[in-house]
Amino acid sequence: MSFPWLSLLAALPAVGAVVLIATPVRLAKHVALAFSVVTLLVAVLLGLSYRTGGGMQFVEQVRWIKPLGAYYALGLDGIGLTLVLLVVIVTPVVIAATWAEFDHLPDAGAVRTGGDLPPRYDSRVFFALVLVVETCALYLFLATDVFLFYVFFEVILIPMYFLIGGFGPGARRTYAAAKFLIFGLLGGFVMLASVIGLYVLSARAGEPSYLLSSLSQLSIGTGTGRWLFVGFMFAFAIKAPLVPLHTWLPDAAQESSPGGATMMVGVMDKIGTFGMIRFCLGLFPEASQWATPVVLVLAVISILYGAILAIGSRDIMRFIAFTSISHFGFIVLGIFAFTTQSLVGSTLYMLNHGLSTAALFLAAGFLIRRRGSRSIAAFGGVQRVAPVLAGLLLFAGLSTLSLPGLSSFVSEFMVLAGTFSRHPVYAVVSTLAIVLAALYILIMYQRTMTGDLQPGNEQLPDATGRERLSMAPLVVLIIVLGVFPKPLLAVIEPAVQATMSHVGVTDPQPRVNAEGGR
Amino acid sequence: MIPAPTIEYGLLLPFILIFAGGCAGVLVEALVPRHLRRTVQLFLTFLVIALALVVTVLNWSSTSDTVAGVEAIAMDGPTYFIWTILLVFAAVSFLLFAERRLESASAFTPQASSVPGTAAEREAIAARVEHTEIFPLALFALSGMMLFPASNDLITMFVALEILSLPLYLLCGLARRRRLLSQEAALKYFMLGALSSAFFIYGAALLYGYSGSFRLSAIDEALRSGSQGAGLLLAGMGLLGIGLLFKFGAVPFHSWTPDVYTGAPTPVTAFMAACTKIAAIGALMRVFYVALGADRWDWQPVMAVVAIATMALGSILAITQTDVKRMLAYSSIAHAGFIMTAFVGASQAATQNPAGSLTSVSSVMFYLVAYGAATIGAFGLVTMVRDASGEATLLTSWVGLARRSPLAAVVFSIFMLSFAGIPLTSGFIGKWAVFASAWTGGPHWLVVVAVVISVVAAFFYIRVIVMMFFAEPAEARTEVVRPGWTTLVVVGVGVVATVAFGVYPGPLLELAQHAGEFVR
Repeated sequence: MSFPWLSLLAALPAVGAVVLIATPVRLAKHVALAFSVVTLLVAVLLGLSYRTGGGMQFVEQVRWIKPLGAYYALGLDGIGLTLVLLVVIVTPVVIAATWAEFDHLPDAGAVRTGGDLPPRYDSRVFFALVLVVETCALYLFLATDVFLFYVFFEVILIPMYFLIGGFGPGARRTYAAAKFLIFGLLGGFVMLASVIGLYVLSARAGEPSYLLSSLSQLSIGTGTGRWLFVGFMFAFAIKAPLVPLHTWLPDAAQESSPGGATMMVGVMDKIGTFGMIRFCLGLFPEASQWATPVVLVLAVISILYGAILAIGSRDIMRFIAFTSISHFGFIVLGIFAFTTQSLVGSTLYMLNHGLSTAALFLAAGFLIRRRGSRSIAAFGGVQRVAPVLAGLLLFAGLSTLSLPGLSSFVSEFMVLAGTFSRHPVYAVVSTLAIVLAALYILIMYQRTMTGDLQPGNEQLPDATGRERLSMAPLVVLIIVLGVFPKPLLAVIEPAVQATMSHVGVTDPQPRVNAEGGR
Repeated sequence: MIPAPTIEYGLLLPFILIFAGGCAGVLVEALVPRHLRRTVQLFLTFLVIALALVVTVLNWSSTSDTVAGVEAIAMDGPTYFIWTILLVFAAVSFLLFAERRLESASAFTPQASSVPGTAAEREAIAARVEHTEIFPLALFALSGMMLFPASNDLITMFVALEILSLPLYLLCGLARRRRLLSQEAALKYFMLGALSSAFFIYGAALLYGYSGSFRLSAIDEALRSGSQGAGLLLAGMGLLGIGLLFKFGAVPFHSWTPDVYTGAPTPVTAFMAACTKIAAIGALMRVFYVALGADRWDWQPVMAVVAIATMALGSILAITQTDVKRMLAYSSIAHAGFIMTAFVGASQAATQNPAGSLTSVSSVMFYLVAYGAATIGAFGLVTMVRDASGEATLLTSWVGLARRSPLAAVVFSIFMLSFAGIPLTSGFIGKWAVFASAWTGGPHWLVVVAVVISVVAAFFYIRVIVMMFFAEPAEARTEVVRPGWTTLVVVGVGVVATVAFGVYPGPLLELAQHAGEFVR
């Protein structure tokens, strides 16, 4: 085994979190940014030396818990690389955008403008938690062992819980954090039953092993496979909220700080959709196809329901959460349509949604911090006093509604085109959401940015240099990936094709060109 | 002429050492001058425990499974494993007994015979009298706990049950603060305990009627040869089960647990919560696997219902508790239920357990270590959180603890996360192990019910974390008092074990697997 690059990548942020505890508060942000940037560099380095189409790479495998058959096993494939890039890009952006937000702990009991609650801990804790979330997310996207994945699937809830409950400005933050945790644990424990079921099956077949490679060789009976699939799918459907299980997300996003919400929706929730590809499709191909009708209906409902509720939202953070529910619907639709094009589209969608949601949350965060209110009605005519800020919000919004030329257009088109070739009805119905997306973004923009200047907004300062700089990477990436997604698609496609052939489906004829989006 | 029986003194030495240590402790009380007694007792107690531990480990590594003491005591892998963890956990919780710095006095009453609130009591306090008898009492209890799960016949088991119980009844009534509550707890424990002993001995008598022997293996033989008298068998099994489940704290025989855990001095609670559970589940599994294993189809459904009721009731009632010790008591009931899922699964070589996978016995062993470490650590921390009237056990007085003492709050949270079964703590591995062996043994649906109840259980552990970290403190009367080194060691051992066995449980799991199965 060569140098454990993946372990280095995944452990770096955790080391940063430990270092942070010993750092003076005023240096915390610098240390956090340094560690996240180094992590980014390592990831970029790995991405550059990644061989397209080479399957799992930089593989590490060490026996971890012998009686359980658990391995410390990491590996990087095209889908994983895409999501790793998302994590390592978004984290430094969040740190830079949050920068001085929690520098000053107000006195206990002091109430900030707009009735917002003060953070409970100093900025060290915030940055340390963000870095721990990054570590957990990286392990999740790199793990090739079900047990290792499960461990971090549960552990990531704890730092996220403290990010929401400790730093959210909302009055109901404790409630929202608890709701988030209970939903997460419910999914996690149900998944535990399935994880244990896998162990029993692999123990009966010989020596117990949780390695993906040995589990996918296992012959799982149809009935058992379906039950186990339901356990996994339930947990993933809570994470990447599908409609009946989504209610925690709007609350958690509404009560979070913008940085915390970005880590949650932009990064953490991708575990759900990633898990569907890697584990549901990878381990239970038969059951995945069996469940397709139900999942597709839920996905389409999520797409429309999220979009409609977004139109009606009065709180900016809640609004963004509902747009995300709609987008997660698209991702799930693409996964369970079982075409190469839609699956590639979904994978790319995860990255793009992460970038554009981060941009939206953070731009909204800049506004909220200035105005001291998260209510859409409190804003109005802001573009007169803060044109750059308004421009950032508009750009993030346009990226969310998948404007051609921006990255999300490519992925949304691929998902819809791919789905159409197999399930035309679902695709057509989902297309409605494109119209709704235009509607909700433009209405939001119109209410907050255009029109007469609302009282209280006269003194709103425009974006500072640091804020512009922190958003710059997102803006650049969204444009570049919109115009030139080919290298990334080339990385994703072999991994998707491997998944497709494992599931045992082929693309329906006639086939739309996989790069038709450009 | 009857030949003298051969006794394997070498094999039984750990038990003999502990029992002799208790007897020597009584002599110390009678002969050693008062100002030296505490030092001598402490030295004697830890010396015999250390010796017993060394002998146990040596015997374990050098001898194979056998039956000793005229077939009365089974010296097999599970016995050695249970003895080892019993001795370790007992030593750790006796360190809590030795704590004197928190109130510049120990947690025990200076004079148990004086009526609470009288002049006699005040005099005893002023004279700094101490009951150093707690150490021999605890050693006697420990010797009973060692004998209980190792007994190979029902009479030995009954004697062990009494040896372990009687000193515990006494210890429960010795709290220095809130003495009436403590005495009430002791009386309640004694009354109900005596009743459950009656059930046990009645059950043993009926089983004797069925099989003609008290020996577990003889009962098994009678069962397999299809003896007449299914009525005797079922009634005996039921009554015996009641006696054992009472000690284990399973629903519906759990009602003593909250009162006794709350009323007893916290060090005694820690000792009971960890060690009694170990001894009780060890005995429960031995009786039902060895003697009644052939009749599994009769008791498994009943035990499954008991397991579900125990998990559910413990978890749900814990939510409504307002006292930390009471909450931990209900949590111990819930954990008893989780342990019972593995017991019900009865995944052993006798039930076609796939080679290399975890057996019920080994997963329960691991769970006991995880649960014991977190329990003793948590109770150790409870002794440190104080206000003017002693331990501040009301949950409301723990509100905002993270503000005043972040370290204590983080440590207590680690114990809570372990109880809740969050990964990277030993509690998670334990939960995984018991559920896995339950599934292997057959009842999948029991695992599904158990994971759903786990969410309920997680809820109330998380609630404590919320209180410590997220709720605003109303008043700052409680504080975390810096204890002596003994308590710090206890909490430290708890945290280290919880995290270490959570991150790298492999060796301990293999040891538990290596412990194998009960000898017949």
